[in-house]
Amino acid sequence: MIAIVDYGAGNLNSVKKAFDYLGVDVVVADQPAIVATADKIVLPGVGHFSSLQGLNRTGLRETLLQSSSAGKPFLGICLGMQWLFEGSDECEGIAGAGIFAGKCRQFPPSVKSPHVGWNSLTVDRASRLFRGIGQDSFVYYTHSFHATVATETTGTSEYGLRFAGSVERDNIFGVQFHPEKSGDVGLSILKNFCEV
Amino acid sequence: MFTKRIIACLDMDAGRVVKGVCFKDLRDAGGPAECAAAHARDGADEIVLLDITATSGNRRTLLDAVRSTARSLFVPFTVGGGIRQLEDAAAVFDVGADKIAINSAAVRNPALIDKIAGRFGSQAVVVAIDARKVNGGFEVFVAGGRESTGRDAIQWAREAAACGAGEILLTSMDRDGTQSGFDCRLVRAVAEAVSIPVIASGGAGSARDFIEVFQDGRADAALAASIFHFGIENITDLKRELHDAGIPVRWPC
Repeated sequence: MIAIVDYGAGNLNSVKKAFDYLGVDVVVADQPAIVATADKIVLPGVGHFSSLQGLNRTGLRETLLQSSSAGKPFLGICLGMQWLFEGSDECEGIAGAGIFAGKCRQFPPSVKSPHVGWNSLTVDRASRLFRGIGQDSFVYYTHSFHATVATETTGTSEYGLRFAGSVERDNIFGVQFHPEKSGDVGLSILKNFCEV
Repeated sequence: MFTKRIIACLDMDAGRVVKGVCFKDLRDAGGPAECAAAHARDGADEIVLLDITATSGNRRTLLDAVRSTARSLFVPFTVGGGIRQLEDAAAVFDVGADKIAINSAAVRNPALIDKIAGRFGSQAVVVAIDARKVNGGFEVFVAGGRESTGRDAIQWAREAAACGAGEILLTSMDRDGTQSGFDCRLVRAVAEAVSIPVIASGGAGSARDFIEVFQDGRADAALAASIFHFGIENITDLKRELHDAGIPVRWPC
């Protein structure tokens, strides 16, 4: 069973719907006890970095940190990927998980922000998530802050600069784009996560 | 490669997709779920569903249509028409929309933009502006284009962005349904005034019109309804033409 973590921010229906479509057993959970019993965890998220505060209030943060360090497959989507870092310039006071080093940054003023739309994803490093996915496939993004390209980066996109479209280390995966909104490419990525 | 988006719009009346000319003379184009799925297959980057005759009486019809359309649609899905308060937006998100479009209600109460964005994120709030050329400028109209507001469209776009809108859906009422080309002057004026994406709407008739609105109008996305429903311009062919003209698009898709 896959748990989609509900920490009281935004709309989780699209993510659930995509897993339902794939015929996967999935539950939207706001209770740490339920999340702890899942085989895999998905942390979605849209909007402002401060909404991640919901994780701290509910005790979900500890559960996510324990589960991910215990080797349970974990997928952070959009803000859920940003949570894997130390924090974000979007909201100084809120700490991320610190699993990856660095803070999420704003795009340069040369481009419109937010970055909304379909962009090609260059796969720079082999990833189980991208099995069967063609190089420079298009994925759908909507975000104002981004993670810097580093050792954990598996895929990148270009928008005013080259930024991390996806990250991976061991059992921990993150995608800045929305696989649940990226057509057949996105569904394949979710399916690959189910099979990790 | 960051791409320009081609958005298929479904104008819905009483559960059926219709399309009028200059907001009148409605023609039937089928059920919304089938239309949306067909457009997504053809390569539409997003789907917008607008309940053009939204009244409190047919909210149930709209929610049913959104639910059935969203079920097997995996590209961004925006729903508009008759959203007057946070609860209306929440109901639409709850049945599967990714973004909502608000028009008249946002003009009457700009704080609604921030209220919905605060709960669902700015990326989920599209402010739709219907503009018509008046005395050399562009004026905002509401209530499906029936009421003038005396407000300047460019000013209002700026204010909507400042209130937390994630995108502007800008319709030229003068061009709507005419297939005579987008109003590039209007689109460019708004695109240069705001830092959020602008979706151009109204007047799409040919691939040339899309090329112009992306190059001269500086639009981030372009929306069309009638030309796609009645098969005048197939989205796959349109995207190939745009690609050949050097416009970055998701193609092949």
